[in-house]
Amino acid sequence: MEFALQKLPLVVLLIPMFSFLVLAFFGNKLPRGGDWLATTLLFLNLALSGFILFVFGMTGRYELNLEWFNLGNNSFFGMQKFFAGFQIDALTAVMLVVVNAISSFVHLFSVKYMEGDAKYKKYFSYLGLFTFSMLGLVLTNNILLMYVFWELVGLCSYLLIGFWYENKAPQEAAKKAFIVNRVGDVGFFLGISVLFLTIGSLTFSDIFAGVEAGKLAGGTLTAAGILLFCGAVGKSAQFPLHVWLPDAMEGPTPVSALIHAATMVAAGVYLVARIFVILSADALTVITFIGVITAFISATIALTQNDIKKVLAYSTISQLGYMIMAIGVGAYSFGFFHLVTHAFFKACLFLTAGSVIYGMHHVQDIREMGGLRKKMPITFYTFLMATLAISGVPLTSGFLSKDAILASTLAFADINGGITILVPILAFGVAGLTAFYMFRLLIITFLGEPKNKEKYEHCHESPVQMTLPLILLAVLSFFGFFSLNPLSADHGWFLTMVKMPESLLAGTQGAMYHILPLEEFEEHLHHAHGTAMILSLVISGLGILTAYLFYYWEKINADKLAEAIKPLYNFSLNKWYFDELYDKTAVAFTMGISKLSGWIDAKIVDGIVNGSATFTRGISKYSGLFDNIFVDGIVNLTGGLVGAFGLIFRKFQTGKIQTYIAFLVFGIIVLYFVFRVF
Amino acid sequence: MEIGLTHYLVLGAVLFGLGLFAMISRRNAILVLMGIELILNAANINLVAFARYNGLGVDGQVISIFVIILAVAEAAIALGIVLNLYNNFATVDIDEANTMKD
Amino acid sequence: MIEFKLLGIGILSWMTFLPVLGMIVLLFMPRSAEKYIKYVAVGFTALLVVLAAVMLSVYDPSKAGVNTLSGFQFVEKLTWIDIPAYLWDGRIKIEYFLGVDGISFPMVLLTALISFIGAIVSFSIKRNEKGYYVMYLFLVTGMMGAFVALDFFLFFVFWEIMLLPMYFLIGIWGGERREYAAIKFFLYTFFGSAFILLVMIGLYFSSKDPETGLHTFNMITLMDPRTIPADSLLGALNVTWRLIAFVSLFIGFAIKVPAFPFHTWLPDAHVEAPTAISVILAGVLLKMGTYGMLRISWSIFPDGARYFMVPIAIIAAINVIYGALCAMAQKDFKKLIAYSSISHMGYVMLGMASLTTIGINGAIFQMFNHGTITAVLFTSVGVIYDRAHTRGLNDFGGLANKMPKYFAVLMVAFFASIGLPGLSAFISETFVFLGGFKNEFIRTVAIISTLGIILNAAYILWTIQRLFFGTLPEKWNELTDINPRELISTVPLLIIVIALGIFPSYMLNLMTTSVNTLVNFIWGIN
Repeated sequence: MEFALQKLPLVVLLIPMFSFLVLAFFGNKLPRGGDWLATTLLFLNLALSGFILFVFGMTGRYELNLEWFNLGNNSFFGMQKFFAGFQIDALTAVMLVVVNAISSFVHLFSVKYMEGDAKYKKYFSYLGLFTFSMLGLVLTNNILLMYVFWELVGLCSYLLIGFWYENKAPQEAAKKAFIVNRVGDVGFFLGISVLFLTIGSLTFSDIFAGVEAGKLAGGTLTAAGILLFCGAVGKSAQFPLHVWLPDAMEGPTPVSALIHAATMVAAGVYLVARIFVILSADALTVITFIGVITAFISATIALTQNDIKKVLAYSTISQLGYMIMAIGVGAYSFGFFHLVTHAFFKACLFLTAGSVIYGMHHVQDIREMGGLRKKMPITFYTFLMATLAISGVPLTSGFLSKDAILASTLAFADINGGITILVPILAFGVAGLTAFYMFRLLIITFLGEPKNKEKYEHCHESPVQMTLPLILLAVLSFFGFFSLNPLSADHGWFLTMVKMPESLLAGTQGAMYHILPLEEFEEHLHHAHGTAMILSLVISGLGILTAYLFYYWEKINADKLAEAIKPLYNFSLNKWYFDELYDKTAVAFTMGISKLSGWIDAKIVDGIVNGSATFTRGISKYSGLFDNIFVDGIVNLTGGLVGAFGLIFRKFQTGKIQTYIAFLVFGIIVLYFVFRVF
Repeated sequence: MEIGLTHYLVLGAVLFGLGLFAMISRRNAILVLMGIELILNAANINLVAFARYNGLGVDGQVISIFVIILAVAEAAIALGIVLNLYNNFATVDIDEANTMKD
Repeated sequence: MIEFKLLGIGILSWMTFLPVLGMIVLLFMPRSAEKYIKYVAVGFTALLVVLAAVMLSVYDPSKAGVNTLSGFQFVEKLTWIDIPAYLWDGRIKIEYFLGVDGISFPMVLLTALISFIGAIVSFSIKRNEKGYYVMYLFLVTGMMGAFVALDFFLFFVFWEIMLLPMYFLIGIWGGERREYAAIKFFLYTFFGSAFILLVMIGLYFSSKDPETGLHTFNMITLMDPRTIPADSLLGALNVTWRLIAFVSLFIGFAIKVPAFPFHTWLPDAHVEAPTAISVILAGVLLKMGTYGMLRISWSIFPDGARYFMVPIAIIAAINVIYGALCAMAQKDFKKLIAYSSISHMGYVMLGMASLTTIGINGAIFQMFNHGTITAVLFTSVGVIYDRAHTRGLNDFGGLANKMPKYFAVLMVAFFASIGLPGLSAFISETFVFLGGFKNEFIRTVAIISTLGIILNAAYILWTIQRLFFGTLPEKWNELTDINPRELISTVPLLIIVIALGIFPSYMLNLMTTSVNTLVNFIWGIN
């Protein structure tokens, strides 16, 4: 029994792989492309992972480690072994449920949403592959293996963003996503290398033990932390590599919900949470500021976007920034908590957006919508629930997690003082902005008068396969699921299970940031809690109110305001010109240098080769001439001389024996006289 | 005047000279053959003369007989060649038989 | 050691000379049996695969080889040339000496495999098949022989044997500029051979076998420092000459790799060569250069390898980055893959320059992986060229829906080529980089060359986009999907790629012992 239970996570991991293989190879033979199979398997998987979470709650952490391969024993480098294995701890157990839940909901949702698509079967097989990779990512106990799955989810993301590759935009978006992620991954890889070279093992437990033993410390440790964080910057779309995520919305909407909102993009946060205990004070400072800057930038961009999915994409980036920031300030469990709550309500938001797009026959521009509440009541109410959650309104899960994070930022500023005060200021600001733009979206989309009558008339509520996941996700956005106390989740099951670990570097200090021992940090946190709650309520309320003022009651004309602050408005609308900046610099530079290299190779390097060939041929021409005229001349001269003598002597060669005898006689006579004389 | 060795030798020399001349200057194959016969006979005269005057016994005569027999054989073969020459070239002029020259 | 002989001839000789037997059979085939020629050739190469599998089953991975004769397996040693001391100084004795260890064995497997695949790919050859397959089999003999020869002279003979059939295969069955490419290939490699020859002769006259007291070409004996007296030309005291010899050997092998700036023969040769020959060229021939470095330069001149590791790493990094940049600039599919080969061979050299176990393991593994992956890539280029008669990337688009199986095959190969985890090249590239980072002298260079990871992804994804995405131009409506024969020549390789990505130990176990010994030998640790 014990043994079977320990192997259960492997079953959970392999079920989606099985689904992928069956659909990829036999999908054509199955009725409906095998969607029922994939969906059923995923729900089964959800049940199993729920069971694992439950068992984990009783038995606690365990690990299964196998040798993957080794490089033999070397007297200089020692035994170099690589392991593969998985572990079940709080993070993993929770993530398993989150991934499987959202994946199974998305499977169900896609059955209708993707109906009639030419690549229906392919779509479900990709979903299976993605789920497999994502589960692998959260299950593994080894950072190298995590990198493996990390890249595999990237591959799935590439395939699914570019799912409709017949069109230009998805192609470009897919390529961009993969390459931008690669940039981050190189950093991640370098970070892994640092760990391998200093600690010699890539298993998390060994890494932590190594850091604790001081094998890796000081600047190298900070560098390793920041390099590993680079991976998270790519995958979780943090500034400055956030540009791929909004474009990724070119993929099918359920995919956006699954990959680009709830699970894959959260992998970066998961990574940072995993390695939290070894992050040095300086690394954490960098992480905090990257997080808060990302949250702020994307929140400002989200204000002006008109594509329903783009708004949600920027809000995702902003929330991811929140989570990163939360871990950066030391609120590990709150950051992770926010990851989970966000996964549910953001998946809900994306799926409702999908439902709207489906109902509106592929219209994504919110300026075409309006008044959809009457036509799509279920969609509207689930959307409302999720919007309340993301805005941090009490009684929602979002309130619990967001409030805790805000409190931690206050505590952080309180401990460190100085410039770190910017962190809570921006964080609260972002909370207000979030509430504003989410309600702007809600109001423009669902309330008011329909802008496009014709589309409106044809609009309809989505079928039950789509609304059921929406309802489930909306329910999961209630506070009750995580904690019985609507104001604080501290004693809910989640935070009891996911406890904040003590940093291995507690008590150390960087340039701007102390890592306090856990107890002291919680002390500060406790003080900040009340302030944070009141402040966040006021700010969210203000945000929502402003949204209503602008778009519902129309007391203030948004267009006029936009006109008045045109430069700022354009700056936000054009996403701070990041794309243009990268196109003009990095992309243009690479393309330029590639063209240059191609030219150099063809003209100069090869030119030298061909030039030397031409040179040699030139030389050979002259040496050929020399040979013909001079060297051969001598030879011919010899021949000629011989020939000339021959011409003379051949006269004597008549072939007539009589002549020869005559010469003979003549010769004898001559010889006779010669001998007589001498 | 006593007929001595010298006379025979002079006769032999004259015959030899005539034969040589005939062999060199004649273009008719038959005449060339006759020249050869003269040379052989000049040699015979010398052999017999040396046998007689220098006490060689009958050796000289024996060798002369050999030479005569050889001359017969030679004449038979040579005439056969000449006959063939005539058959092929319709002439016995040896200068005409030059097809191997070029 | 297990004696493994058939008809009194060792298995390595069988491996090497079976293709020659095949040549003879082909030459005596009557005109009426012409259509069976290709099947006979495939049969003979298939026998190689069978023999390789037999070898794999009895190969003992715990034996090191490298510099100890007893560590080599399947050894065959006969006197080949023996000229008694006569008019000149000393007796000349050259041995027919074959054997494999962990460094050459993966290459032997690769050669058998790729030869077989190449023979199947060659079915598209329509002109003078007999001549083609005769040359092809001759080429296989040369390649196999070079990997198993342990006598420098014998190695050199096989090394040169490869050139001739290659010249004809490109020059006769190639594309439009085939003569130019063939001559360029031949002269370039021949130029390199001259350097190798010089060093070979230098080594011969410097050496003195401690047992027999004769000069020797035996590579294993040459590795023993006692063989080369310290005061001889290439002896330990003549540091300068030893380094010059190392550089000279390096140039000779670098041309084959090809390393920057000796690489320009490669794109031309690849573009003009028929598909199967590109497969062989990229799959096996390029590895000859890096194999030669490990087997000869690194082993006989470990001091040179240590002295020059930084410049070699820099050349490797240039290969990686410059190759990728050039690939990005190409519009011809085949040329792009050719440049990507240059980039990937850079990884191999980087791993070797690191002189660490992990780096060299990675390098050998990468040699194998690059062989399998580019074989698929070049075959795929052939697939589309046979159908469309053009390789211009900009001429295509939207093939994904038209040729879904082809799309699937090429996607796996492309992602393998950019080192996607789960596929074999990931492990080898990771090792190469870890090795590079581990060696502190070349760490910076290794870090810079990680740029290659991004660039590789960029041009491969761009290629995917240009070939497969978007809408299909009207003129390609008639294109048919990849056929069963082409699937047979690609799918087995992809299965190997995937299997080794998940279970790399099957390949790594074959070489780790040898690599550890080699690294210890290079650093003088025993």
